[in-house]
Amino acid sequence: MENLKRLRWDLRRNVVDMIMAGKGGHIGGDMSVIDILMELYFEQMNVDPRRLDDPDRDRFILSKGHSVEALYAVLAAKGFFPIEEAIREFSKFGSPYIGHPTNKVPGIEMNSGSLGHGLSVCVGMALAGRMDGRPYRVYCVLGDGELAEGSVWEGAMAASHFHLDNLCAVVDRNRLQISGSTEDVMAQDSQEERWSAFGWNVITVEDGHDFEELRVAFEGARSFEGRPTVILAHTVKGYGSPLMENKAGWHHHLPTAEEYEQIIADFEKRKGEADV
Amino acid sequence: MSNIPNRQAICDVLCRAAETDKDIVVLCSDSRGSASLAPFADRFPDQFVEVGIAEQNLISIAAGMARCGKKSWAASPASFVSTRSYEQVKVDCAYSNTNVKIIGISGGVSYGALGMTHHSAQDIAAMCAIPGLSVYLPSDHFQTAKLVEALLTIEDPAYLRVGRNAVPDVYSEEDCPFELNKANILRTGGDACIIACGELVAPSVQAADTLLQENIHVAVVDMYCLKPLDTKTLLDVAGNAKIVFTAEEHSPYGGLGAQVAQAVAASCPRPVHSLALPDAPVITGNSAQVFEHYGLNAAGIAEAVRKELNRWKSAS
Repeated sequence: MENLKRLRWDLRRNVVDMIMAGKGGHIGGDMSVIDILMELYFEQMNVDPRRLDDPDRDRFILSKGHSVEALYAVLAAKGFFPIEEAIREFSKFGSPYIGHPTNKVPGIEMNSGSLGHGLSVCVGMALAGRMDGRPYRVYCVLGDGELAEGSVWEGAMAASHFHLDNLCAVVDRNRLQISGSTEDVMAQDSQEERWSAFGWNVITVEDGHDFEELRVAFEGARSFEGRPTVILAHTVKGYGSPLMENKAGWHHHLPTAEEYEQIIADFEKRKGEADV
Repeated sequence: MSNIPNRQAICDVLCRAAETDKDIVVLCSDSRGSASLAPFADRFPDQFVEVGIAEQNLISIAAGMARCGKKSWAASPASFVSTRSYEQVKVDCAYSNTNVKIIGISGGVSYGALGMTHHSAQDIAAMCAIPGLSVYLPSDHFQTAKLVEALLTIEDPAYLRVGRNAVPDVYSEEDCPFELNKANILRTGGDACIIACGELVAPSVQAADTLLQENIHVAVVDMYCLKPLDTKTLLDVAGNAKIVFTAEEHSPYGGLGAQVAQAVAASCPRPVHSLALPDAPVITGNSAQVFEHYGLNAAGIAEAVRKELNRWKSAS
């Protein structure tokens, strides 16, 4: 865990470098979700870049596919491909490292990016695993703005109907979307009640950047039987630099050279604090 | 006419295959009865998934299962699965290249009196525009069975539209030539040709037989493979005809007629006339009444051929 607390700042820097090189990306959501992805890939999920087709590997879908830069950074750190390649190729002509996940990239299961698909796809993956008696678990990360898509709730309904306790969804609850506050755009509070009403086991993580709290939540999901679990992870959009934090304008803002320097300095400072 | 709807042929083949292949799964959206798939659900409950009335969910779940090794067959009314689930088909099936076979049941105007909500007159256009997705409209139950057997052997996604009712046999048990993505030439003749698909193949053959008695020689092609379109067979036949007709249970936009016109214009230009449903909500009635009203039955198709050939003769 101590490693993750330092590594998170290196991976955030990789994300920002990728976005600078590709001249665009969803930087705010990358910063809110990356600690969740790190906890999943480094501590929770059974995935191995040397065994891409292992039928028992855990499955992951980034339903909020626009945070793909964070996923690239985590997959690269896990060994699926060199980070230099992802940074160099991100958003370049003909590159597989495009602005949403595609299965042309090692470690990515399905193409995503159109919001509201991922949870239903994961229901299918969890059903297939149970049919075949396979031990794998299925993880899905959704954005909070994404919860306005009706198809999310078709998937939620089915997951509890089928008692898919091998499925765990995580909501990156950063409270902001491209137009502003989720509560102004389409209110998303009362998530606990909504998911509970749909038959899910609900775990709230007050600090979605706290690896210990995330770990307890994922372990709670793993041991919960009979129903799927959703982890409502309260996060900070743009987490890591005061320049970006909690600012809707940083949903997909491309940093200026000066802003870049400030962001990297902020990351280094936080990394130093992690050493203390 | 053996009175077997195409949808029943699908169930028969899938049941036979599922006996030995446990990876075959069938998914329905409260549609097992309409799809004639209730026998599959009864015989293979562990390989059947009921998702309820949620067509988007149906397709995404089918895709997720396919990504984990299943051979998914998702059945839902063609009108819903081709438009409400369109994005799921595009992204989760085609773009992710998952082994999902989408069965659009009660296609075209099968649900005659239920109105435009239940008609699928846009599905050929919609589905053919998705890269990586094959599109099929088989003409009778013999061909449907052969098509399903063939699709079981390939892993790419496909859309298959069938009607609700039994249709006249085009083929027979002994005579049903089938090669995947190869159209069948059912009649030959050099005056005109009719390129037809789905339920309009049988009336096109009848029209050609009627016209033959008037010494008008009309070729008929069963273009069950809308995508990939069998352009070789199309151009071979169209190249021998003075006028090309298309017959389809679909909107005049973006369907068989548009595809044939595009291919013929590029390689052997000659007049192409599209016989299709109107660009309007379809009149109330059963399929036979609707086809007759729009000139899509045997008599209507024959009359269209006569009229255009006469016009062509007077012009030349």
